[in-house]
Amino acid sequence: MTVHRIMGIETEYGITVPGVRVMNAMASSTRLVNAYSRNEVKGRQRNPKWDYAQESPLRDARGFDMSRAEADPSQLTDDDMTMANVILTNGARFYVDHSHPEYSSPEITGPRDAVLWDRAGMLVMAKAASYTTTDGVDLPVLLYKNNTDNKGASYGTHENYLMNRATPFASIVAWLTPFFITRQIFTGAGRLGIGQESKKMAYQLSQRADFFEAEVGLETTFRRPIINTRDEPHCDADRYRRLHVIVGDANMSDTATYLKMGTTALLLSMLESGFLHGKDLTVADPIRAMYAVSHDISLKQRIALSGDRHWTAIEIQRELWEWAALYCEAEYGADIDTETRDVLQLWGEVLDRLDRDPMDCADVLDWVAKLRLMEAYRSRDSLDWSSPQLQAIDLQYSDIRPERGLAHRLEQRGQLRRMFSDQEVEHARLHPPVDTRAYFRGECLRKYPDDIAAASWDSLVFDLPERESLIRVPTLEPNRGTKALVDGLLSQANTAAELIALLSA
Amino acid sequence: MPGQENVERKSGQSPQDAIEESEVSASSNDAGRKAALDADVDALLDEIDDVLEVNAEQFVKSFVQKGGQ
Repeated sequence: MTVHRIMGIETEYGITVPGVRVMNAMASSTRLVNAYSRNEVKGRQRNPKWDYAQESPLRDARGFDMSRAEADPSQLTDDDMTMANVILTNGARFYVDHSHPEYSSPEITGPRDAVLWDRAGMLVMAKAASYTTTDGVDLPVLLYKNNTDNKGASYGTHENYLMNRATPFASIVAWLTPFFITRQIFTGAGRLGIGQESKKMAYQLSQRADFFEAEVGLETTFRRPIINTRDEPHCDADRYRRLHVIVGDANMSDTATYLKMGTTALLLSMLESGFLHGKDLTVADPIRAMYAVSHDISLKQRIALSGDRHWTAIEIQRELWEWAALYCEAEYGADIDTETRDVLQLWGEVLDRLDRDPMDCADVLDWVAKLRLMEAYRSRDSLDWSSPQLQAIDLQYSDIRPERGLAHRLEQRGQLRRMFSDQEVEHARLHPPVDTRAYFRGECLRKYPDDIAAASWDSLVFDLPERESLIRVPTLEPNRGTKALVDGLLSQANTAAELIALLSA
Repeated sequence: MPGQENVERKSGQSPQDAIEESEVSASSNDAGRKAALDADVDALLDEIDDVLEVNAEQFVKSFVQKGGQ
């Protein structure tokens, strides 16, 4: 494998309602999701629920089999206002989680698509927020694609990667730990404030680093671990593991997201193939190293590795990059696919530039772009690091409104590189990727919205007028349900009943 | 003072950067790109002045979130 595998990004957005004395985050998030639902899926007679039921039925060659759900249809039909949830026609889920609105992208197969459907999510959020300006409920909702309020609270941007179940978890921990600690030099979204509550005012690379307190664990909301052990594959658990990565920052920069997903996928490929066997980059004190890398904007800080080595984050990343280049050369030679070659080249290029002068990455990396803005303000207005103006810049960098968000303004001036046009992002907001089961989910929601009672990553639950019980169509194999596999079927079926009949035949 | 530490680190670093930068050929794309970025910075700040929250202190203070995942 290459940079291509099933992956996805879930992002919890920061939410405020300026002007209200006390904001109820849960209520405001619910209002946001409902505003989107009302305005964007008006045609739908019903809003499909999230299907939490767990089942492991047999699969057929196309990736689904059928079974009758045990639930009574009445349990699923009325709208539950306390759990705002919209399943989008692009295959994503937009809902309220832990007092934040969350967008979970559809399953995609590579870093380029990860960027595109992540941006589609930001557009969903921006549209939802714009609908709150006219819903007459309260003052408008504002959203921020960041990971901390700098007052002690953090919320996540999680990456998911489908992995081979056979890969031992111990080796995942051994390799991802040094990789995650050091990838901050290009994945960091930048933060003004050191420590969870920003007790010290200085700039650091990552929004999230200071919130990690354990090396390995199951928690995601407290004592957060660098390696999260949540094992909920949403597919065949005998074959797959879903690696749930919680250390990442919410990136505004396309390039940062692209590199984050692409380099992590490459590392996983090396890991699964056994290429890293016999190699060793064990970090002596991972938590301390996590903070040390993030807190050093000069990138000169050395990290203690096994074997009495003391390397900088750039040196560790370059070692990994060299191995990845060797691995790809050995595995694919000239037949390497374009995206993998592009990720490798960009990864090496960014490391070179960071080594020469981090400021050279101001047009591709968030932490550098944000730092450059702050430094410019500092020098023009003689500001101290504790200045509220700089703290405001930190926040406003991630404001998702195109006219107010500073990252957006940089993009509009051509100072932060974009990978996709507005038209492409708008298309991805409405349409699913074609090469995963998200295609089947999204297209069914578009074609048969009124006959779907519930859906989830691994199922669609149909409620047909002529049938007494619900019909669950499991979609357990993420690589199936693709356009190539189901388009013939979907084009033959004008109604959900016809689809079910065809599937049963 | 906490803020100072960072200032010193930055300024301590800059002479070295200047040397390294001068070693990079002036014709390299990177140098050209960086110059273009720097030239635009003043115009950029003027633009940002117009969109920055008017009361920065109040804006920052009122941004309070609940913890998430």
